[in-house]
Amino acid sequence: MTITLLYIVSGLYLGWLLGTNDTVNVFGSAVNLKMLTFRTAAFIASLFILSGAIFQGEGTTKTIHSLGNISEPAIAFSIALCVAFVVLILIKIKLPVSTSQAIVGGMLGWSIFVHATTDWNLLSKFIISWILAPVIGLILGMLFFILMRRILNRTRIHLIKLNSYLRIAMIIAIALAAFGLGANNIGNVVGIFSNLSPEVSIDFGIFSMGGIQILFLIGGISIVIGIYSYNWRLLSEKSNEILSLAPEATVVVLASQAVVLFLFSSSWLANLLISEGLPSFPLIPVSSTQIAIGSVIGIGFVKGALEIENKTLARIGLGWIVAPIGAGVLTYSLLFIIQKLFNYPIRNESLIPIFKQNEFQSIASHSSKFNMVLPGIIFLSAIIIVILLYLFFRQQKLRLKAEKDILVQQNQLYLSEKAMNELEMRTFAVENDSLNLKLQAKRKEFMDIALNISEQISFLEKISSGINEAIKTSDNEERIQRLNKLSMIIKQKMSFPQEKKEFYMQIEEIHKDFHMKLKTSFPDLTNLEKRLAGLLRLNLSTKEISTLLNISPKSVEVARYRLKKKMNIDKDKPLNNFINNL
Amino acid sequence: MFNFKHAKKSIDIIEQFLGLIDQGSLIFKDGVKNYLLGNKENFQDNLKTLSNLSSEADIKKREIENILYTQSLMPQLRGDILKLLEELNNIIDLAKTNLFEFDVEVPFIPSELNQDLIKLTELSVLAIDSLIPAARDYFVNPDSVKEKLHRVYLYEKETDKLASSIKRRVFQNIPQLKLSEKIHLRYFTLHIEILSDVAKNAADLLSIMALKRAI
Repeated sequence: MTITLLYIVSGLYLGWLLGTNDTVNVFGSAVNLKMLTFRTAAFIASLFILSGAIFQGEGTTKTIHSLGNISEPAIAFSIALCVAFVVLILIKIKLPVSTSQAIVGGMLGWSIFVHATTDWNLLSKFIISWILAPVIGLILGMLFFILMRRILNRTRIHLIKLNSYLRIAMIIAIALAAFGLGANNIGNVVGIFSNLSPEVSIDFGIFSMGGIQILFLIGGISIVIGIYSYNWRLLSEKSNEILSLAPEATVVVLASQAVVLFLFSSSWLANLLISEGLPSFPLIPVSSTQIAIGSVIGIGFVKGALEIENKTLARIGLGWIVAPIGAGVLTYSLLFIIQKLFNYPIRNESLIPIFKQNEFQSIASHSSKFNMVLPGIIFLSAIIIVILLYLFFRQQKLRLKAEKDILVQQNQLYLSEKAMNELEMRTFAVENDSLNLKLQAKRKEFMDIALNISEQISFLEKISSGINEAIKTSDNEERIQRLNKLSMIIKQKMSFPQEKKEFYMQIEEIHKDFHMKLKTSFPDLTNLEKRLAGLLRLNLSTKEISTLLNISPKSVEVARYRLKKKMNIDKDKPLNNFINNL
Repeated sequence: MFNFKHAKKSIDIIEQFLGLIDQGSLIFKDGVKNYLLGNKENFQDNLKTLSNLSSEADIKKREIENILYTQSLMPQLRGDILKLLEELNNIIDLAKTNLFEFDVEVPFIPSELNQDLIKLTELSVLAIDSLIPAARDYFVNPDSVKEKLHRVYLYEKETDKLASSIKRRVFQNIPQLKLSEKIHLRYFTLHIEILSDVAKNAADLLSIMALKRAI
């Protein structure tokens, strides 16, 4: 078993390359579109690639085996190594490559080297299949796309719901395409090692695995390792090179891939078609990349636009030619070197059928048998328990996270409310201060009014008693004297000294900025001139100003003239405008 | 993984959000009419309602944002969708701000302009009203978005024309107005007209989004 594993290492390396290269077409778009995480997509793809390889891998493996019977493990190792090398080089130079074409090229190189009679009929089947696969992919792509478009137009599903449906469809399509890829391409990985299959059988209760299926399992595992070891951060770049599609189109491409891979790998379908007397599809490994590209071109036809650049198509064509020829030439050269240098005998042998009708019975009678029912049950139960525990803890974690998020949100809300309240309180405080000031001003005003009233009353009382005394006086001269005194008092009162003082103080308070500017810009102004400027700013007329200043209107005019001169204002410019704009 | 529950919730919220924008545009129209006709109480009511609608729309938008990001819904389209919702939210925000400008600045509007300004408001609001069904269709029937958006472009153009004619009339045919009043009127014409411009911007975005979605 260990020696077998050593020999098939080159095939497993080819499987690894297939895993890194071809599986990108199966789930790359889904991951790139962020419809699925890499972890989910890779898990589904791995599971179904393994299932496809184990349960459906026989057909294509048989075909690869029928290209030539290589009984020497070292030669099979060398061929697979050459093929893997060519595939690696083509991947490195970013040329789309099909492992199927490369392996057939390698086998052809070997058959030419050993002068074996080439089965042209089988070879033509290979070439036809490689042409037919993308063509069927194209037709299916068109049909599925039209169907999808009609369904979507008729059902008018809401975009967000559609997204969820497309996720489900994508998972199913990835599973089917991965199953098809496993079934169809496993022949490339282990086909030439079919003679090395171990003679063991493992019974899992529900199904049994023969030697060749164990080989498929090993090959499948190499593909799965390829999926996981690939730098998936480069996935988006890789899938953008050829396929950059909407989710709807991705589902269509994957479905087309799944159907075409199924057509070219299902023995059941082939038997069914033959039993009905219909021509069947040959069970030949085809390139999933080429099917996907055919499907994308089909979608492009329906949409009326070329979805793939001509340059990419040319590179695909180049890969189509270079892969088989390169693998053939390299295999031939290596075999030549091995024979000449090491004198190793390389010969052709007649085909030994590896798949017999009663394979399982013969394996059961001739090979060692392992009963895996109980370990299988224990293993499955353990896995189920682990999954359940994982789901339980995950659910708990998510619940806690959600609760924490809510608490954080509530806290933020509380903080913002607090900040708002503080702001509001500050606004109220400012408002209260201003109201207090107003209240104080009003109080003062009322006090002034009250004082004024009492002053007026006492003044009027004084005048009234003075007049009464004057009336009572019999002496005419004294009466005139008293009346003159009263007239003098009234005249003094008429100059309103106190009121005027307050009036000017208030003006200065209200037009604080103006008076400040006046003081700084024209420091030479006298008090009277400053007062005059203040009154002019109030837009008072000359007559009003003369009354307030207790001077004649002419004196006001003279004062205005002086003020204008002191302020250096042009004669033709009005003083009022200058003061108002100060 | 498939998030049907959240999908349904977000569909409902988007529907409510679009309803709020629709209502907001109608309230704006009503508010301007009430201002022009001097119905102060009704105008204040409109202002209050529009303010509430705008805050509600803000909350709905944030809810949608939250669901789309936390539940990883439509990762390839959510950027565009959120941008569209932002544009739509801008409309109701702008409508609220503009109606507040009427309340704060109390522009003097000569009665001979009432009819024209009412028509301008109606046209501007019609552009928004035509945008909402197109936005709804983007989610269910993207092929019909473009034909619905034609109306938005038409109303926007008509709004522009009418706004220019009002401005020309204000500056050239009403000499009794002070320059400050004329400039004030120009601003308020712009306040009404700009709603249709924002609707047009949203329509531009929507038409690109519909093209992207067309399969």
